[in-house]
Amino acid sequence: MTARIHPLLGAFAILVFLFLLAPLVIIVGASLSDTTYLTFPPQGLTLRWFANIFEISAFRNTAITSFQVAILGTGLSLLIGIPAAYALNRYRVGLPKWLGTLFILPILVPEIVFGFSLLKSITIGMGLPVYPSLIIGHALLVLPYSVRVVGASLASFDFSVEEAAISLGCPPLKTFFTVVLPNIRAGVIAAFILAFITSINDVSISVFLTGPGISTLPIQILAHMEQFFDPTIASVSVLLMLVTVGVMAIVEATLGLTFLTK
Amino acid sequence: MNKFAKWGLTLPATIAVTLLLVVPVLITIATTFGESKGIFSTYTAFFNSGFRTGILYRTLRIALITTAISLVIGFLTAYVIAQMPGRLKSIAIIAAVFPLLTGVVVRSFAWLIILGKNGILNSSLISLGIISEPLSMLYTEGSVIVAMVYLFVPLMILTLTGVLEGIPRDVVEASASLGAKPIATFFQVILPLAVPGLIVGAVLVFTGSFTSYATPQLLGGEQMMMMGTLLYQRAMVTFDWVGASTIAAIMVVITIAVVSIMSRIARRLNPMAV
Repeated sequence: MTARIHPLLGAFAILVFLFLLAPLVIIVGASLSDTTYLTFPPQGLTLRWFANIFEISAFRNTAITSFQVAILGTGLSLLIGIPAAYALNRYRVGLPKWLGTLFILPILVPEIVFGFSLLKSITIGMGLPVYPSLIIGHALLVLPYSVRVVGASLASFDFSVEEAAISLGCPPLKTFFTVVLPNIRAGVIAAFILAFITSINDVSISVFLTGPGISTLPIQILAHMEQFFDPTIASVSVLLMLVTVGVMAIVEATLGLTFLTK
Repeated sequence: MNKFAKWGLTLPATIAVTLLLVVPVLITIATTFGESKGIFSTYTAFFNSGFRTGILYRTLRIALITTAISLVIGFLTAYVIAQMPGRLKSIAIIAAVFPLLTGVVVRSFAWLIILGKNGILNSSLISLGIISEPLSMLYTEGSVIVAMVYLFVPLMILTLTGVLEGIPRDVVEASASLGAKPIATFFQVILPLAVPGLIVGAVLVFTGSFTSYATPQLLGGEQMMMMGTLLYQRAMVTFDWVGASTIAAIMVVITIAVVSIMSRIARRLNPMAV
């Protein structure tokens, strides 16, 4: 599709991009301000608010928890999601249609309802400690990415290649790891990244699954904000944005960012 | 062998979703019907409370306004992006993806700095001499809507850029070569072809804003509660679990109704489908 753009429409698009990026610039500016309150443009420049993050043990601990939960949750979701995605694409005709819908339920059910229900049934009902509950919640939350994004890769994979390997005597499991997996690598990386980002930023599920000594970084930021309104929050936000930048650099290097619109 | 693999490979995910998501959510919904005062007593209590129905209507209103604004902004921006040459297009997509990958807490927090009493907007308006006293912009429906539009516009742009790029160039060129003005082509060719994508985007934004928690918590506060913050408050502050479950059930029913009705409409309206 190609058409000419009216100058007014072009100007509008520029304004939209300003609207999208200005708040993030403001956070970066506020994090550098040498004042005890949040302000923009920054008055004086300092990095002490970044140093302050590392002095507050709650930020350190919750950042570690968030990272662990995101890695373990995403890993678990891939572990059960990739086989499911494989089966859904390989045996398309033989499996019921509702199975595909079942795996995207974590997106369909409101997150906050899921978090509350997990707390009631698993954490309190079955007495499971908070930490494993948190990992289970995050693994399920990101399962749709594992199934759908990996599934999209498998949809364009030519399964006759796999059959060729098997008919030449390669055992099925070895075939999967040496023939199928390398071909769907891009999908697996994309699924991992989307799932990781979703997990590390999650609020609605984590807010129910925090206990004494266990919390995630976004929940800690919310709690800190209720008491203090200093630039520390802005600097934590900048660190989280840097994680995003890092992840985007990985996406760009491995897949190219335009794949996100597909 | 195949039969075993077929079912066996989907089994772990099926069991996990069923036992850890479907069953807990169904239990939550089931507990709302177990009251001694009558099966639907918690629902009559909800709908007889002006406070709680007020929050439901506010949530629906905010979600609808957010969806409408995001649709317009997202569609026009995606239209511009779709016409851009390759290099510029990648930059534009990066600029749209970056906020999307930044967390909801961080993005809502930005608006706290902008809209606060001593925030950037107030201090600029005062220094420009437009107002003399700072305006209270936080904890209003407006502040929640602005932050939600900010949250969801990138999602809409990405969804619709994909949709618009999928529209075959021939169709647009055919319209132009047959003498249609660009505006006519836009409204009579491109827009109708984009309708299914617009519906998908609208459903994503509506359900996302209808069920949101962090944004109304930060920018709405106690005064401007939405269903998500009301659920949390009932569950974790007042420990009224049946009340919280009732809110949860209402949220599930509305979300699933909107998703299933709208995706049916999208399928019917798809002009490319035969």
